[in-house]
This record gives sequence, structure tokens and C-alpha cells, in this order.
Amino acid sequence: MTAAPAPAGGLRTRPLRGAGAAGASRAGQGRAGWAFATPQAVLIGLFVLIPILMAFWVSLTDWRGRGSPFSGTVGFVGFDNYAAILTEPGLARQDFMTSLRNNAWYVLLVVPLQTAIALGLALVLNSRIRAKGFFRTAFYFPTVTSSVAISLVFIFLFTGGGAVNALLGVFGIDGPNWFSDSRGLLHLAGDGLGLWDSANPPAALTDGGPLGLTWWDWLSGPSIALAALILLVVWTSAGGYMLMFLAALQDVPADVREAAVMDGANRWQRFRAVTLPALRPALFLVTTLGLIGTWQVFDQVYLISQGNPAKTTLTPAYLSYTSAFETGQWGRAAAMSFVLFAIIVVLTTLQRFLMRDKDAAAEKKAARAVARRRTSTTFFHADR
Amino acid sequence: MTATLETTPVQTPAPAPARRRRFPVGRFLAYVVLVAFAVVYLYPFLIQIVTSFKTNSDATNSPLSLLPDPVTTAAFGRLFDTDFALWGFNSVWVSVLVTLGRVFLCSLAGYALARLRFRGRSALFTAVLAVMAVPSVVLLIPKFLVLNQLGIYDTPVALFLPLVADAAGVFIMKQFFESVPASIEEAARIDGAGTFRIFWSVVLPMARPALITLTILSFQASWNELPHFIVASQDRDLYTLTKGVATLTTGQLGSGNQFPLTLGAALLMTLPVAIVFFVFQRYFVAGANEGAVKG
Repeated sequence: MTAAPAPAGGLRTRPLRGAGAAGASRAGQGRAGWAFATPQAVLIGLFVLIPILMAFWVSLTDWRGRGSPFSGTVGFVGFDNYAAILTEPGLARQDFMTSLRNNAWYVLLVVPLQTAIALGLALVLNSRIRAKGFFRTAFYFPTVTSSVAISLVFIFLFTGGGAVNALLGVFGIDGPNWFSDSRGLLHLAGDGLGLWDSANPPAALTDGGPLGLTWWDWLSGPSIALAALILLVVWTSAGGYMLMFLAALQDVPADVREAAVMDGANRWQRFRAVTLPALRPALFLVTTLGLIGTWQVFDQVYLISQGNPAKTTLTPAYLSYTSAFETGQWGRAAAMSFVLFAIIVVLTTLQRFLMRDKDAAAEKKAARAVARRRTSTTFFHADR
Repeated sequence: MTATLETTPVQTPAPAPARRRRFPVGRFLAYVVLVAFAVVYLYPFLIQIVTSFKTNSDATNSPLSLLPDPVTTAAFGRLFDTDFALWGFNSVWVSVLVTLGRVFLCSLAGYALARLRFRGRSALFTAVLAVMAVPSVVLLIPKFLVLNQLGIYDTPVALFLPLVADAAGVFIMKQFFESVPASIEEAARIDGAGTFRIFWSVVLPMARPALITLTILSFQASWNELPHFIVASQDRDLYTLTKGVATLTTGQLGSGNQFPLTLGAALLMTLPVAIVFFVFQRYFVAGANEGAVKG
């Protein structure tokens, strides 16, 4: 269609192509289109789409890792594997729920912390600052280094006699044995406040609870070992999100900011009414990516803690891996992958819904504030 | 005459900011925050570098010190008694193949999706978006299943080929090609050049910035990849740096306090990516924001 008019045709020695030739070129484009797209499409189909279908089949079987999961000897068990990890009381469900609890605490801390630090650093870096490039590089660099290298460094920093505890010792604090301490932070906080005694927890909380864990277990908070992993991940990933905020800050409309200054809006008012609304898309993006990323935590657990101590760093991704490759329960492991997938889909959808709702409400509020201000100043109109 | 013209505009506004200047508390606080964070971000790397030149006992006894006493390269000597060189070799060829494969195939597919009209194009693009949304960790077991089924588990092909399948790269290239005006290609087409010829000698040279970004992102991603190598092979000869160095902490070497060894390994495996990072920093920034679109 693009070649058909051939406006410069008269200048060419080549014979002018007619309508038929244009049709042929369109067919040629169609062939070329498929020829160009096919290699990557085949690879993606082969290594992403087909594997997902295969794994779904495996999650419905009792395959133990021997032979092909598609041979006749493999038993079809329906949704038994899903039942084992979700509804049937037993060790399998208890482990899976423990991993979900750990990961939920992990997400609950990592996402707000890394978002807040990233936003804070971006805002500070966006002001008139010397050596901007140096600071940006320093904060971003961990994001591009391998999780293996960073984990090795953190193992050293957080060992019992390591740098972190040496530093705490300077301030007279006796640091814990980070990666082998399974005490929950909320349990400890309750001890500190005199709410309960962790050695002798209140019966009301230990007597029962949903999904195979007691209330006491659900409400443990992250263990100290998990808290160290949380620090590691926040430290690693904040810089990457900072770059996204920095890019978004470039889009804050300068004229609106100037108008706000003219109006005598103070720093905080300008931040609330001008900067924050402009950052909202980036905020949505950063929390969504954070949510997706943190529910998948695997590398650090594999490298540092292997789910220990006392299963407090066990995560669904790592549990799924060990269930398949170490204990040979492939069906159950595949089922865990799909439940994890579902959790991520549900939570990101929920988050989208919540943030969109808030968006609309906040926009209305901001619009009202702007309208109020407009009535008091006339040149603001001209500026828009 | 000219001299006065030059000096007057400079001199007159000068007193104004001086009069307005207050003690910049906000700026001062900003520097305090930035320097504090810079220390938190850089000190671990300094400790990593310094500790790899320490003895085991020195590393354990003075973990905070930035002065090795004595300075020794013994840890690196012991590191090369392991299969470290082999792991490095494997990481290099895997990363190079993944990068070449991704850059070539992603730009082909991205170009097709951006510019060529063919039946099923929008369905294909929807599929690309859907695949990008699949969390990678969910794919660990599925990947093993397909490698096993194809009979390539534990082969060199299993290390790199699945990593070439990258939907995000297709997306990045498609976005880029759509931002380039189509007029030059059309001129070439009118001249009778074939589609691949146009792609190869007209479009790709224009796409240099996007190609560099994708090259760097692919290299960094495959160099740092760990979970895929864990599920794709078990042969010790196929260990890459990430998988091999990981065994240093879990194997018998990790049982003692061999921190100079593990930190030296971490240091060496970081170097290639660090060099690429410092040379091509602006492309990393572009990539981070490009990748942001995929969310």
C-alpha cells in the first residue's frame, strides 16, 4: 500500500509498477513479515508457551521425574496437587502456607521501602546538586551486578562476626547472628512492648488459625534472617526504580511548577499539587514491578539461606524448586508455580484497581484545588 | 566600547542573588542524605575489593577494616585451583551467543511487527505482550520439562537457546522502529530493494542506539542469569560463573571462613559487567526506562 502511488515513478528508468504489482508487493511483505517474525516466535513458543502447557499437565499428574511425563504410565490425579498445597491439612500445605507467609511479609516490607527510598533519592537528585552523575551511578550500580556477587558480599557483611555487627558494636549494640536467627520481628516487638512472651505465646493465638498455620505463626513478622534478605533486596533494587522516578521527574511540567511558585505555594504544597500527580504513573509502574518482582524471590534464598532457619526464608518459588528437583514431587511443584502465578496476577490486578480508584479521587481533589487557585489569580489562566 | 557592553550585563544582576541568598539548609541536608547513602552503597563494594586481598583470619577478625594486613593475592590463587576459569569461559560463550541471538532475532521480529503488514500481526504482538507478563520464576519447572522432552537437558544448547527467546527485546525494538520515519525505507523500496536488504543495509544502521541498548541489556542479563542455568544442566563442565561461584558458598569451600576467596570470585565476576556499565552508562539508563514500559 505504501509503494503503490510511486510518485517519483516518472523519473525512473524502471518500468512503472501497476496496481497488480502493488498487490504482489503486499503479498511479498506478508511473506517477509512471517519470515522475519518466525524465528523469535518459534523460540518463544517453544521455550515459554509450550512449557507452560506442559507444566500445567504435569501439575495434574503424579509424575515423579522418571521417564516422560507424557507417557501412559503417569497417573492423572486431577486437582489433587492443588488440593494438597491449598486445602488438605498436612505437611505439604503447612510448608506452602509458611512460604506464602514469608513472602507476604517480604513483599509488605520490600515494596514500600524500595519505593520510598527510590522516590526520595530521585527527588533529592532532581534538585540543583553537584556530582549528580556520581551519586546516580553509585545508587544504580548494584542493580546491574549479579545477584550471586551481591549475595556473597552480604553473606560476609551479615555473618555473626561480620561488618554489620562490628559497626553495631561501635554503638554498643550486640547484633544478632543474622542469617541463622529465626525469631520473628513482630514476636520480638511484642516481647519488647510486654504484650506477650515469645517463649510462652498466648494460647488464644496458638490454638488455631487459617490454612494450617496458627495465628501466632501468621503474625510472626519476618524473621531476622528474612529481614537481612529484605535489606539486601531493598539495597539492590532501589537504584533501578530511582532512575524511573528521575525520568518521570523530567516530565513535571515546568510552567505549572512556575505558576505554583508565583502563587506562593510552599515547597510541600508544590510537591503535593504539582510533582506528585506528575509522578503518579511512575509510582504505579514502580509498585507494580516491585510487586511482580518480590513475589518471585528465588536467587537470594537459593544462594544465602536455602529456606533456613526454621523455614522462615522459604518462599513459594524456592519451595517449588526444591519440591521438584530435590524431592521429585513434580506435580506438586508445578501446582505451586501456577498458584504463585495466580497470586501475582490477582495482586497486580487488585493494585491496578486500588491505584486507579485513588487516582481519580486525587485528580478530582487536585482539580478542585487548581480551580480554587485560578479564581484568585488571573495570569494562571494565560499560562495554561 | 565592546568591553563595557560585555561587563555591564554581567555585573548588574550579580548583587541580586547575593542579597537573596540565604543559608541553604535544604541543599546542605540534601548533600548529607546523598553522602550517607553513597557510603551505604559504596562501602560494601570497597569491603568486597579489600577483603579479597586479605588473609582468611584477617578478613574474619577485622571485617570493617579497609587495610589488608598483610596484602595477599593468595585467595585468587586458590580461586584458580577451582574450575573458575572454566566457569568464566562458559559464561563468555553463553552470553555472547545469547546476545547475538537476541539482538538479531528481536530486531527482525520487532521490525516485522512495526513495519511489515502481514496476516496475524496483531495477534502475534498480543502474544508478545502476554509472554512478557509471565513471571520468569514461574517458568523454571516448565523450562526443565521442555528441555527434558526435547532431549537437550544438560547440553550446551540448553544453556543458551532458551535465553534467546526474549519477548521484551522484541517489544523494545518494535517501539524503536515505530519512532523512525518510514520515508527512507520507502525510497529504498521504490528503488526495488528487497525487504531483507532494506532491513539489513538501511534500517539496522539507523537503529544503532536501540541495538546498543539491547546488546548491553542482553549481555548483562545473560551474564548475571542464575535460575535458568540451575534448571538447564547439572554437568559440572557446563557450570557458568553464577552457578559455579554459588557452589563456593554451599560446597565444602563455603564451610570455612574463606571470605577472601568468595569475595574475590564475586569481584572478578562483576568486572566485565562493571566495565560495560561504566563505558555504556547512558544506554543502561535508556534501557531501564525502556524496560519500564514493559510493566
